[in-house]
Amino acid sequence: MSIRSEKAIIAGTERPPRAVVGSHREKEEIFGAVYDPKIVRRIWSFVAPYRGQVYLSVAAVLVFTLTQLAIPLIIRTAIDSGMAGGVADHAVLVSCALAFAATILVNYGASYLQETVVGSAAERVLFDMRRAMFSHLQRVSLSFMDKTEVGRLMSRLQGDVNSMQEFMETSVLSIGDIALLAGIVVVLLWLDPRLGLLTLATMPVLFIVRLFWLPLAKRSFMEAHETSSIANGALAEGIHGVRTVQSMSRQRVNFELYDEKVRAHRDANLLAAKYAQVMVPIVDTLTGIAMATVIVVGGSMVLSKSLDIGVMVAFLFYIQRFFDPIRSLTLQYSVMQRAMASGQRISEVLDVPVDVTDKADAVALPEDMDGSVEFRKVTFGYVPGQPVLHDVSFRVNPGETVALVGPTGSGKTSAMALVHRFYDVTSGQVLVGGRDVRDVTQDSLGRHIAMVLQEPFLFSGTVFDNIRYHKTEASRAEVISAAKAVGAHEFIMQLPKGYDSELEQRGSNISQGQRQLISFARALVADAQILVLDEATANIDSYTERQIQKALAILLKGRTGLVIAHRLATIRGADRIIVLQNGTLVEQGNHDALMQKKGLYARLYSMNYASFDDIPAELIAGGAPRMTS
Amino acid sequence: MTLTAATRAEQRETSLAHVKAAGWGKGLGTLARITRLTLRHPWQASAAVLATLVAATLQLVIPRLLGRAVDEAQGILSANADSAVAAQHALLITAATLLAVSVLRGLFTMAQNYYGDSVGHHLGYELRLATYEKLQRLSFSFHDKVHTGDLITLGILDIEGVRMFFNTGLVRMVLLTVLIGFGAILLISTDPLLGLLSLSFVPFVAWRSSVTQLLLRSTWLELQERLAVLTRVMDENLGGIRVVRAFAAQAFELSKFDRISEGALNLAHERVLIRVRNTSAMNFSFFAAMGLVLWVGGGRVAAGTMTVGTLASFLTFMTILQMPVRQLGLMVNSFARASTCGRRLFELLDQEITIADKPGAKPLELRDGVLAFEGVGFTYPGAEKPALVGIDFTARPGQTIGIVGPPGSGKSTIAHLIPRFYDVSAGRITIDGQDIRDVTLQSLRRAVGVVQQDAFLFTTSIENNVAYGDPWAEEQRIARAAESAQLHDYIVGLPTGYGTIVGERGASLSGGQRQRLTIARSLILRHAILVFDDSTAAVDAGTEQRIRAAIRAHAAERATLIISHRLSSLMHADEILFIEDGRIVERGTHAELLAADGRYRALHDLQLPPVEDALQGAAE
Repeated sequence: MSIRSEKAIIAGTERPPRAVVGSHREKEEIFGAVYDPKIVRRIWSFVAPYRGQVYLSVAAVLVFTLTQLAIPLIIRTAIDSGMAGGVADHAVLVSCALAFAATILVNYGASYLQETVVGSAAERVLFDMRRAMFSHLQRVSLSFMDKTEVGRLMSRLQGDVNSMQEFMETSVLSIGDIALLAGIVVVLLWLDPRLGLLTLATMPVLFIVRLFWLPLAKRSFMEAHETSSIANGALAEGIHGVRTVQSMSRQRVNFELYDEKVRAHRDANLLAAKYAQVMVPIVDTLTGIAMATVIVVGGSMVLSKSLDIGVMVAFLFYIQRFFDPIRSLTLQYSVMQRAMASGQRISEVLDVPVDVTDKADAVALPEDMDGSVEFRKVTFGYVPGQPVLHDVSFRVNPGETVALVGPTGSGKTSAMALVHRFYDVTSGQVLVGGRDVRDVTQDSLGRHIAMVLQEPFLFSGTVFDNIRYHKTEASRAEVISAAKAVGAHEFIMQLPKGYDSELEQRGSNISQGQRQLISFARALVADAQILVLDEATANIDSYTERQIQKALAILLKGRTGLVIAHRLATIRGADRIIVLQNGTLVEQGNHDALMQKKGLYARLYSMNYASFDDIPAELIAGGAPRMTS
Repeated sequence: MTLTAATRAEQRETSLAHVKAAGWGKGLGTLARITRLTLRHPWQASAAVLATLVAATLQLVIPRLLGRAVDEAQGILSANADSAVAAQHALLITAATLLAVSVLRGLFTMAQNYYGDSVGHHLGYELRLATYEKLQRLSFSFHDKVHTGDLITLGILDIEGVRMFFNTGLVRMVLLTVLIGFGAILLISTDPLLGLLSLSFVPFVAWRSSVTQLLLRSTWLELQERLAVLTRVMDENLGGIRVVRAFAAQAFELSKFDRISEGALNLAHERVLIRVRNTSAMNFSFFAAMGLVLWVGGGRVAAGTMTVGTLASFLTFMTILQMPVRQLGLMVNSFARASTCGRRLFELLDQEITIADKPGAKPLELRDGVLAFEGVGFTYPGAEKPALVGIDFTARPGQTIGIVGPPGSGKSTIAHLIPRFYDVSAGRITIDGQDIRDVTLQSLRRAVGVVQQDAFLFTTSIENNVAYGDPWAEEQRIARAAESAQLHDYIVGLPTGYGTIVGERGASLSGGQRQRLTIARSLILRHAILVFDDSTAAVDAGTEQRIRAAIRAHAAERATLIISHRLSSLMHADEILFIEDGRIVERGTHAELLAADGRYRALHDLQLPPVEDALQGAAE
């Protein structure tokens, strides 16, 4: 670090040009169009199963609104006919009391009914949507999954679904709000048209104020929300990367940068609070004006006996409730916009096409199939017009182990994925047990093929459950014997609870080599006739490495093996080696034969790289073999 | 707002000082400590409380004014019936007063909410800074034992719970006390029976809403836990979708999802019911009280012992009181939340920083850069067995020390002790004769670089990642470091070159590329002593040789420690230490150790396996 920078830090005057904390984020549209018929139809398809409940709750909310409207009217009748001005009539007072009691009972029932029904329905719709997306994602083509970040999908499954729920819950309430607003207008005009009009005159004022206020306020609310995610992101990064931060002595710079983020967060929130609070005096003032109008105009009318005193009291009651619906209705506008944007994103997920499906007449792969794998003139690409495999043909005989080798990008991984029909070929055929993989059910294909991926992916849960992932009915004895066979038993027993030890997320509490051994045991328990394996490239300590090599031999015993091999030991031990380059099969044969041929394999081999994947592209293209050791 | 950097720095320090100053109340309860923190903003806090008092008082005036207006309209208050003008006049005055009171109430409520919120946001700012600062300085042993997810929750949700306490707890308490307390006095002094009836719903609603809020809070926490499990299931499923498909486990995964989802849904339903039962019952009790007031009051009005205006003022008073009383539950909830959140937060803020500069520590005086371990022993906190015992060695400039041993033998621990990620338990480590515990951390960590195995990459450009330790670095220096790490060619081949975003959500780099990026990040700092902690495990042997050659070419005169399980990485070292169970069991050069025919030799032979047998079993 230069002297200049050191001084700059101390003086706090210069911002380091290349320093950021948690800054790179993808933005998403929060608000959509208020109404989009396509999306509304989509949302409705989820609501439709509960339409009975929805109708019921709408009915309930209307009844509830009616009772709310009725209460001031009952008070009015009680005052005017039951007690006021010496014309007291005890019978009227009693019937008013009974009416009041009946009304509040209905009010109680309606509010209970409406809220439970709508609340439960909204929860159900939320879970249904999430399940629909999740189960759809289990079937969509892997090419979609390859290019989509898990984080983005998770935000569909959570954030977007939540804003739909909010929308559902508030929509029914909004119907109540509209009814209440209309009801108050009607009742006021009916009680006294002149006084009603005068009082209602304040209403449009609030509407207009809200109209100007909303866009500004919304922007400040969004800003507050945005700065909050930024600050939280920076905090999370600081916690995850704390070891690096400390070893690089970045605490001071980071603290300063974090300060900027939380400061922005605080200021945005203060501004948002201003916008939120500025409405309070406006609403109170308008309420005051309305009440003053009733007092002056209504009061004079009462004095001149042209208005009953009860009506005046009823007016004062209605005014108290006057502005609530307007307030929540304008907020509902934003809720709707947000729901449309979320609905759009949810639809996008649900509309991802499912490319690979079972044919209508697909049959199960017979149990006694021979276990052979064959590629016949296979051409395949993820993007039309850009094939990653061209016209590849080869056959793996039952029980044979074939190593697939080639430089990075040669199409090995794609070939492996085709065996399991993760994708469909563009032309040609992939046959398993002599049958086209497109003619058999995917489920049966999965039962006959066990796969071991390069990165051993483990799930949270016990070691036991992870090993029997493929075969959930496997017994404890089966699991233990598989673990013993691959040499994982010893370290598993050293874990705190042995086979019942919980693996943390993705098995982060055991070493990478150990994760691989568990994934081997998992494949062994699966006991499939065909094993497709992508060897790990990472260097593992020699002790575990040795164990893995032994386990590999056990795993391949008596099975048809298609191995994407990276280690020379594995490659040389295979029955046959298939060499791929740029998506074409360039040569095949065993190690000795290929070395004699002095082709690509011999050249790659002589470069003495630990793995073919590491060889720089220019060396492969350059031709001349170069000895580095 | 344009603040100078110096002002900002000063404000930062003040904020930290605020939080620290509240620390001497450790014996106090959590809520008392939060209150003390709040009082660090005396002006805004008093403004909020004052505004609350005024707003609440004005609130109480409104029903009286309305009642008076009703009576005036009936001409009751005018001395003689024919003075209509006087009655008109009285109405006008009442209306004007009411309007003024309404406007003022609005303004003071605004001030109450705004300042209440503002105190919360300022407090939140201070707590966020203090938490971040603390987390950055707490040593590895703290971070080893606390889950990152818990720390993030603490830094986000717990701070929320604490910072909201002022506004949703304290201010609301003042408001409710004034409204209910003065309101009760006012009503009961006007008419004891009717006053009691008007208030009859208050205890019930207060109790119900408190119980309900606490219940909602506990079920909310439970729901969050279940949803977290659901999140994990979905996240792992989507992240491991290839495994799921490879094992045809979609149906199994869906059933797992359904099981957890079902549980969460049931709990969500339960919460809806709890909430609704409460609101319906609260509404009902309120209206029932209103009915009683109407019945008794109506009787009195009919009997002529009470005016319609007084009855109306009782009724409006009830409407005004209704909302705040319901919020009593929220207030109780706020107290409960602040108390648990605050306890967790203060526990973190009170953590002792175990590895820090000694008082009066001086910067390391770097002369040659000689690193020496003198009888170093180390035991991890809470562990019974020592991780290292009696480690002695010296690394001189230009020398390379190789450290090798089985997994878990303590190799990495040696690396972690040099920059003081942990402090030794016995013996000492010196650089140029100075005990590393006597010098400043900043200077020590600038002199020593440790390249870690699974180093964290930040979600930002490659350029920013390489320049992480020196964000002032010029482009050429960044490129040079990347060249030495054999990564430059790859980077310039990327469509966006050095600007490519990497890290958690960035472009996917292979394990080897990530490690090389980590190496470049260390090289840029030109440390006097460089430690490679198994940091080339995913880099192939050929590339590793080129990296070593490049490092030697640029800085021949530094001490290097290479910890590796790959012997080819360290066979050329000047001295190789074989570690087992935390002790040096063999030491010497590669040739000497081979000749000794001990453990090193055994490992060496293991790494040259008879490859032929690797797949033999399969062919049978």
